[in-house]
Amino acid sequence: MRDLFRGELVRLTLEEPETRARAEVQWQRDTEFHRLADGDPALLNSERKIKEWFEKQAEEGFKPDRYSFSVRTLEEDRYIGFLGLWVDLIHSEAWVGIGIGEREFWSRGYGTDMMKLCQQYVFAELCMERLSLGLHEYNARALRSYEKCGFRLEGRTRQEVMREGRRTDVLWMGILREEWLQMQNGDGK
Amino acid sequence: MKDVLRGKLVRLSAFDPEEMSKAFARWHRNSEYQRLLNASARRLLSSKAELKWMEEEASEMSPGGYFFSIRTLEKDMLIGEIGLDVVDWSGRDAFVGLGIGETDYWSKGYGTDAMNMLLRFAFTEINLKRITLTVFEYNPRAIRSYEKVGFRHEGRKRLLLNREGRRWDELYMGILREEWLELNS
Amino acid sequence: MLDIQSQLFESADLRLGPIDHEKDPQVESQWTHDSDFMRLMETNPARPLSAAMIKKQYEKLEKQIEEDKNLFHFMIHSRADDRLIGKAMIQWIEWTNSNGWIRLGIGAAEDRRKGFGTQALQMLLRFAFAELNLFRVTAMVPEYNDGAIALLRKFGFVQEVCRRSALERDGRRWDLYVFGLLNEEWRSRSRAQEER
Repeated sequence: MRDLFRGELVRLTLEEPETRARAEVQWQRDTEFHRLADGDPALLNSERKIKEWFEKQAEEGFKPDRYSFSVRTLEEDRYIGFLGLWVDLIHSEAWVGIGIGEREFWSRGYGTDMMKLCQQYVFAELCMERLSLGLHEYNARALRSYEKCGFRLEGRTRQEVMREGRRTDVLWMGILREEWLQMQNGDGK
Repeated sequence: MKDVLRGKLVRLSAFDPEEMSKAFARWHRNSEYQRLLNASARRLLSSKAELKWMEEEASEMSPGGYFFSIRTLEKDMLIGEIGLDVVDWSGRDAFVGLGIGETDYWSKGYGTDAMNMLLRFAFTEINLKRITLTVFEYNPRAIRSYEKVGFRHEGRKRLLLNREGRRWDELYMGILREEWLELNS
Repeated sequence: MLDIQSQLFESADLRLGPIDHEKDPQVESQWTHDSDFMRLMETNPARPLSAAMIKKQYEKLEKQIEEDKNLFHFMIHSRADDRLIGKAMIQWIEWTNSNGWIRLGIGAAEDRRKGFGTQALQMLLRFAFAELNLFRVTAMVPEYNDGAIALLRKFGFVQEVCRRSALERDGRRWDLYVFGLLNEEWRSRSRAQEER
């Protein structure tokens, strides 16, 4: 059986609340990172508050509808980003939120590698029927990466987000289990 | 779409802790009923004690637990309870438990109808893949009823129960989604 | 001239109102025992609730409205007999983006196909666009909900997303449609209708 947590460039792990908070407090400063990742207003949270939030999450223990991963590079073991999954148990659908906080790792295939691990986990381990995500229309890099992973563009909610006086769409994408399986077979893995 | 709450003789209704704790206290005075339902030594609980348990356990409203009261279609009478509890989301398997507290409604198809409705709910609303139940070997009425809706014998815990001076097996029965859909298409 | 006179909460046959904690639980409890209604209204599994349980839900709801400040909830009554016939809400409001999600349901099958949905949605949209000043509203419906799809299209909603096989029910998978309506679209439609 394949290694669920090890890709070609990255590995999935879960860092301690303290480590996660220290990284998040840096990443949240980066406006470009925030505006690519989120639709809500940019916030500057204290490291303590972020740490408490992660500690609370850790205390709750295992919940079958929520999965959180930290992402480290294989080469230098650098902590570069995160991957979160929200699962609808009834309809077997997972939603993914993914981000690389360390800018130097953008546009180098790390995001695609992370997403491939995510898909593997969702379809081969969680046995979901569908994986969904949303992204901003101005996030061309992410769109290319997700298309490479087999996500189909399913539509766009028009002018949903407003920034710098301009309105932009949110793109909705999804990949079905059969589609992912077909991609796997095609690769000859 | 098929009605997922209304059957032929009964309907699945709300499991209200206040109402059910009173009903339980009444039904559990019947030792025959208790012995068919439960493996451990039976106690009598006041309706207040039942209520406390229910408010803690049964009203959790987690996506894995669903409890219903069973009411007759004819007179809207509360006759029992049925519930499912998902043990394993990756296997999509749940345990189901059924009890008809009103003994006048035994052996008349009410339990069978309630169980079939629960299976419809489990397979077409919660989208589970299999349902498991346990039943005591000295409860042939229930075993027949479960066989009628499609449950198959999967195993037994030998000599698990100790009652009336001898030991009895606990039977495990199960039904798969495909099997139930085929029987009810 | 600024129109401050047309009633936000009254239409020809309906009235929008707050929760009546004494009378409403019993009615809403009945809706939750109706398999058809629950499957049209909710993507979550149907869960029959007693009046007492609904009452507790109302308390949680009012607390949430107070704390989160991103939710507006209305009960729909028929004016003729003051009967509770449905509910409507605007939720998940993002104030900085000026958008929100709408939901609306008429509880009893006998009350549907009478134009009540149209009147209720009319009032809900006016509240969202002319009172909350939202830029856009969004709604999500399963592909099998023909009534809701027709109603949304009547008001000019555009189907923006098709979430393929996102819902499983009754032994098969269904698509979930996401519909959107912009304030300016609603405004020009309303103006056009007034001019007729």
